Amino acid sequence: MPSNFLFRRNFLMSAAVFAGVAALPMPVLALSEAQARSLIDQLVADINRVIASGKSENAMIRDFEKIFIKYADVPIMARYALGSDARGATSEQMRAFTAAFTGYISRKYGKRFREFIGASIEVKSARKIKSGYEIRSTANLRGEAPFEVTFLVSDKSGKLKFFNMFIEGVNMLLTERTEIGAMLDRRKGNINELTADLKRAG
Amino acid sequence: MRPTHPSRNTVFGLLSTLVLAACAVSEPGQRQNDAPFDPYESSNRNVHSFNLAVDRVFFRPASKGYTNLIPDPIEDSFNSFSANLSEPGDAANFLLQGDFKQAGISLGRFLMNSTIGFAGLANPASDFGIPETDTDFGETLAVWGFSEGAYIELPFFGPSTQRDSVGVFVDFFTNPLTFAPARPIENVGFYANVLERLSDRGRYSDTVDSILYQSADSYAVARLIYLQNRRFELEGDSSDSYVDPYADPFSDPYEDPYAQ
Repeated sequence: MPSNFLFRRNFLMSAAVFAGVAALPMPVLALSEAQARSLIDQLVADINRVIASGKSENAMIRDFEKIFIKYADVPIMARYALGSDARGATSEQMRAFTAAFTGYISRKYGKRFREFIGASIEVKSARKIKSGYEIRSTANLRGEAPFEVTFLVSDKSGKLKFFNMFIEGVNMLLTERTEIGAMLDRRKGNINELTADLKRAG
Repeated sequence: MRPTHPSRNTVFGLLSTLVLAACAVSEPGQRQNDAPFDPYESSNRNVHSFNLAVDRVFFRPASKGYTNLIPDPIEDSFNSFSANLSEPGDAANFLLQGDFKQAGISLGRFLMNSTIGFAGLANPASDFGIPETDTDFGETLAVWGFSEGAYIELPFFGPSTQRDSVGVFVDFFTNPLTFAPARPIENVGFYANVLERLSDRGRYSDTVDSILYQSADSYAVARLIYLQNRRFELEGDSSDSYVDPYADPFSDPYEDPYAQ
């Protein structure tokens, strides 16, 4: 019967379309979450390698700078750290500031690696949040209670990169915005002088 | 926390005064991470300068000497000893919080480490996989629903809030292991705690130095780090509190940075 045939055909088609629509977002979502997690897995592996290398402090800082540029969305982090003053800055100023910020972060956090010798970081979980993905990990230090390190990952830059991290609840970006805000106040809001200071800081 | 001291009534009298003082300053409705609630900033900054001076002249050199002089394993033992003495107080606070399970764990750890752990110098409880969980009266007050109050920097103790200042005060004066004015020798918990603080200051010397001495505004950075870490301890983290730099009103990002 044609009607029956049509019905079946319709039903099958809509079922197929529906199944397709329903099925589509799930794997995409799961894939990105898995990608976000594997980004942090790779980042953590790279960091663990640097910690274990036992290199000199300066060599570790250089390694960390490479890792930072590779895995982090540095421009958005620099922009956030600069705060409202980023709006008034020229693109030339932003470029110079972002470069100085990269070196500053690498020195400041690279120096801390010495305290992590013998430590390892382990990724525990990943989930979707409003601004991207949240990857939680635990750092195990010799003779200390383990502590929590959380990375936030987004692909809004066009690539999957981390844009913030929390160590035991302490927000790195917010801390740097406070620090850089204070440095900027000291220079009475002059971004060029701040950039010059930042090249020596950390 | 046994009522061992005649001064206990005085302590509670002072406590209620402090709690009332804490309530007198109302918090802004929306708590923002960017803007800490710090109405006493100018006096806090004076205390901060005082604390920096104490650290520079006394605490930092003493901690370096202590960490360099004492071999690591012995320093670890002293730290376990101090941590063990804090377990009964933790158990009492967990009880006050209604967390009977954690209270039992703290008490169990204390009994275990005090006996087979050589009076707490070793830490067999952790070796057997019973993790240490710290608490304090500040957390108890939080569980009871007291709000954080204003930010306060305490002399010697450093960053705190009104609620946590009350907590520090109560923990100290109600614990017979840290406060026994009639028999100073029994203040062993207090001395052990001082050593533990020296050890922390010495071991994380570079990190602490970078906050206290290399920051353009060590007061603001210490305040931010303390408040965030304390809230994380008390409330855990939640994605609701995440700032989204991509949605930040100050940085309207992806037209510009990548189009440079």
